[in-house]
Amino acid sequence: MFRNQYDTDVTTWSPAGRLFQVEYAMEAVKQGSAAIGLRSKTHAVLACVNKANSELSSHQRKIFKVDDHIGVAIAGLTADGRVLSRYMRSECINYGYTYEAPLPVGRLVVQLADKAQVCTQRSWKRPYGVGLLVAGLDESGAHLYYNCPSGNYFEYQAFAIGSRSQAAKTYLERKFESFPGSSRDDLIKDALFAIRETLQGEKLTSSVCTVAVVGVGEAFNILDQATVQALINEFEISGEEAPATASVAEEGAGDAAADQGGAAAEEEVAPMDI
Amino acid sequence: MGNVITLMEESVLSTHKAEMDTLLTSKGDSQRTQYPYVTGTSVIGIKYKDGILMAADMGGSYGSTIRYKSVERIKQVGKHSLIGASGEISDFQEILKYLDELILHDNMWDDGNSLGPKEVHNYLTRVMYNRRNKFDPLWNSLVIGGVKNGHKYLGSVSMIGVNFEDDHIATGFGNHLARPILREEWREDLSFEEGVKILEKCMRNLLYRDRSAVNKIQIAKITEEGLTVSQPYSLKTFWNFAAFQNPTVGAEGSW
Repeated sequence: MFRNQYDTDVTTWSPAGRLFQVEYAMEAVKQGSAAIGLRSKTHAVLACVNKANSELSSHQRKIFKVDDHIGVAIAGLTADGRVLSRYMRSECINYGYTYEAPLPVGRLVVQLADKAQVCTQRSWKRPYGVGLLVAGLDESGAHLYYNCPSGNYFEYQAFAIGSRSQAAKTYLERKFESFPGSSRDDLIKDALFAIRETLQGEKLTSSVCTVAVVGVGEAFNILDQATVQALINEFEISGEEAPATASVAEEGAGDAAADQGGAAAEEEVAPMDI
Repeated sequence: MGNVITLMEESVLSTHKAEMDTLLTSKGDSQRTQYPYVTGTSVIGIKYKDGILMAADMGGSYGSTIRYKSVERIKQVGKHSLIGASGEISDFQEILKYLDELILHDNMWDDGNSLGPKEVHNYLTRVMYNRRNKFDPLWNSLVIGGVKNGHKYLGSVSMIGVNFEDDHIATGFGNHLARPILREEWREDLSFEEGVKILEKCMRNLLYRDRSAVNKIQIAKITEEGLTVSQPYSLKTFWNFAAFQNPTVGAEGSW
């Protein structure tokens, strides 16, 4: 995308009927590190790539528990994601207090989408720069939704967002038809395979990824590192050592807020500019 | 520029202040519910094999006068629930308005989810407790029952927000006259006929002993399939007890 005279304000349409600020917000999601989600009839799994900025710092939290039956994985501006998670938790708790019943995921997702839409129609606001994969359980089974900065939301059998998510999506597209009947463990295995796709050759260990599950009879919980590593070893999916260790180090030194996934690509473009 | 206020602005400001004052003073003068006027008496609810059965008479008393004899005190709420009320009839109508709005918004989501009896019960508990905290209660005892996804639910809320769930519920005089019968005779897996028989026994007892009861009752049934409310009917009563034949025999001053 290139700069143009219609992209300064979110309240300015382009002649082609586009809101560029909203589209730029969706770019921010693409720059974040990968998050994937998939579901069967009874379970939903979220997994994400967790890269720390340096060996000295901790990983950024990208998966949040919203309620016993709902969890969310984010990609993009993690600060925006935290604020939206807090909103979701608040809504769930208020509903639970009034009705003593869990807030149906479908309704929470609509409320979230309406909240995002407001930011696309106020001159003094900016769109949220975060994409959310909401996994939850309600009376009709497990659900996975994707909430966009544009205020749109979609329901998915499986989806991936963030940098190099296309690789994961390709893998998921091959396997998704089997997901509705999958067992909980098979679903987690597929999630880890999909994460491995986004790492593009780098070794998959539990220190670079986070996995969370929610299902019938199982409250939303983030699996601990040891469990994840055991699953990785069991499924023998660590893959070979990454030859692209150089690019990995560069990304490690990248910016905090929206972890740059496109650093490698930009290196190639720059010389041609001259 | 400074503090120049035009004549027009000044008058707007003063009327605005006057409005504010009347709002504040009228709030101070507003009445709160001190006592009920038109009241309904007991409601009884029980769980049975297929769902919930609820019974109430159709009387609306104005103090000691039985003024209204066709008051429907059991109503449907959404797809899955029934509500029965004793106490102030006008407050019950107000509650029905709240519930109507609640169900309307629930339906407007149009997403296949719907509020069940448990959710309605808890919502009403919040409402009743909230009003009680403002010293302006809705003067009712409510019974909420229903079936959703195979789960039977029966609960009650009082005017001060006391709420609980049970296999059989009664309000008002029913607490004293009907519950002992229910404790003895209620079982899991009652058939419809058995349930009605138990309810009729309770209602008859209330008819004999509760002065605000009228002999015109309705029994409502709610199951997974839906709700039916019976047509109003009367219970058979028996008054030919020996002690009633010659009541003044042996009394002081009689002959």
